[in-house]
Amino acid sequence: MNIEQRRKERLDRGIKVRTDGLYALMSWRELSYLTLPRLVLIVGMLTLPFIMPSMYWQRVISIVCIYALLAMSFDFLAHFVGLVSLGGALFIGVGGYLAAIMNTYFGMPPLLTIPIATVVGAGICTLFLLPCLPLRGVYFAIVSLMYPLALARVIEALDILGGTDGIMGIESFGNRWVEQYFVILMVLLFLFGARRLVNLDIGLVFRAVKDNDQAVRASGMSITFYKAVAVFIASAMGCMGGASLVHIYMWSGISLLALDFSILPIAATVIGGAGTLVGPVLGCLILVPISELLRAFGTLRIVFYSLILVAFIVFRSEGIMVYGQRKYHQFERWVKI
Amino acid sequence: MDILIYGIINSIALALMALGFALVYGISRVPNFAHGALYVITGFITWSLLRTLGLNYLISIVLALIIIGVVSALIYQFALIRVRGMAISEIIASYAIGLAILEGLRWGGFKGTTYTLPVFIEGTINIGDVPVDLHRLLVVAIGGAVVILLWLFTHYTRIGLALRGMAQDERAVLMLGIDSDIMALVAMAAGGMLAGLAGIVLLPLGNIVVEKGYDVLIQAIAVCIVGGLGSWMGAVLAAFLIGFAQILTTVYLGSHFQMVVALLAIILTLILRPSGLFGKQKELEERV
Repeated sequence: MNIEQRRKERLDRGIKVRTDGLYALMSWRELSYLTLPRLVLIVGMLTLPFIMPSMYWQRVISIVCIYALLAMSFDFLAHFVGLVSLGGALFIGVGGYLAAIMNTYFGMPPLLTIPIATVVGAGICTLFLLPCLPLRGVYFAIVSLMYPLALARVIEALDILGGTDGIMGIESFGNRWVEQYFVILMVLLFLFGARRLVNLDIGLVFRAVKDNDQAVRASGMSITFYKAVAVFIASAMGCMGGASLVHIYMWSGISLLALDFSILPIAATVIGGAGTLVGPVLGCLILVPISELLRAFGTLRIVFYSLILVAFIVFRSEGIMVYGQRKYHQFERWVKI
Repeated sequence: MDILIYGIINSIALALMALGFALVYGISRVPNFAHGALYVITGFITWSLLRTLGLNYLISIVLALIIIGVVSALIYQFALIRVRGMAISEIIASYAIGLAILEGLRWGGFKGTTYTLPVFIEGTINIGDVPVDLHRLLVVAIGGAVVILLWLFTHYTRIGLALRGMAQDERAVLMLGIDSDIMALVAMAAGGMLAGLAGIVLLPLGNIVVEKGYDVLIQAIAVCIVGGLGSWMGAVLAAFLIGFAQILTTVYLGSHFQMVVALLAIILTLILRPSGLFGKQKELEERV
């Protein structure tokens, strides 16, 4: 009989407890305890374009941010509303194609196309996904997995929207600094916005939908309505990413509906820490550059993400951010039992 | 006439694709998103056994089926069992495994038109005035046989009855002394073998390409949803509905729309009758 005679005890740090409430404003130390992690993230993100060695890596930063938007939307849907979306590519595709159409056919500048594509695209995606919202279970995952594949087929078959060649000649942001800071600011905005949102009343309802939908229903609230709102918010993030992406690449095509956009955000979320909203951003900051380095391996990259994903989700479903938060907020000690 | 004949063939093919998914989901409630990958990889295993090792066709088929059964059992035992019951993780894990297999095959160079399995029987026969090749008739025969055997298996053998019991109520089954993990393992292996069998039977009709994995997964899921997730006979009936719908669109619109048909079928089912044609039993559970 070899039973562990001790166990690890975790206790919140005193400063964490103090800074939970209004008392955080009492001293500089507590204020900085609260703001330091956030400041590190914000300042880090803002200085990223400067420390990147070349134009190529600066472009990678923009791509990281787009994946980060997508990963946040996945995290928000999966861990705050309980809808697993396997089709991030749908959001990217809808947003991207909308922006491309508005820019090339109607000549609108990026300043107009991106917001319009975000809102209209989010509406379209919500409409697309509406039929599976009243249901529990795997339906949402299945339907969201199918849409990007089916849309790519339709575009190919009907030869609409540029067919397999895609839409070319889309206006760029003009300036690469504008481009990078636009996406970085959007990531930060959506990140803190989403974190705020999940702590508002509506965020509580979202989590209730995930945990106990019957209770929500018993409170006289429509589950379908709240799920639709959540899908709208999440797809707005994705469509914003897609619209920015076509303006960065100055091209829009079927590859917007490719698998990369569906699987990488999921991997980033799982690695970064599910349910934290910051985690996905961190995960993207790690995974996307690795994936750029591995570009030469082609589709092996997807194998690589998938295996990481399986390993993390099956054996260590915690993620970096959850681990980090635990270390930051709590201390651990061994206690005898 | 040709719509009728090819509709029946296509429907049986769909039923073959879907049965494995329906079996696994019905019994262990794990949506096996690696289904399409198992379908394709069986084709490649058979091809390698046949071409590179030079085995007899029948032997390589049997070996490939055994291999795929073991592989799916291993997938279940080492990955899925740990996340069973956690809806989000189940979906992501099985989907990622499927992706890893499919994209790994693509990276390994298994693409292009060089990979074809030979048909079982050469030759064509005229039914009425429609020429049908014998292999397609064999598909119908095998499909019918699989459906009947599965029915017999689940109604008259101990394991089959245990599986059915588990599909209805897992806790009750546990109380009767049936190990639900082992049963789920059996179901997963059987589901993998059914996917593999579908692959072996259907892949000789075309090239073995990686993209088929996604198509098969989606069509299988569409059939299962229309028939009611977890209902096997519903899946067979739904296969006929979708099969004929697909043949009709292929004839009148073009073959690119097969996936759109599947998607529309899912959406319409979810709007009109969310539990599917035969999903009555689980209706209360899935509807919020």
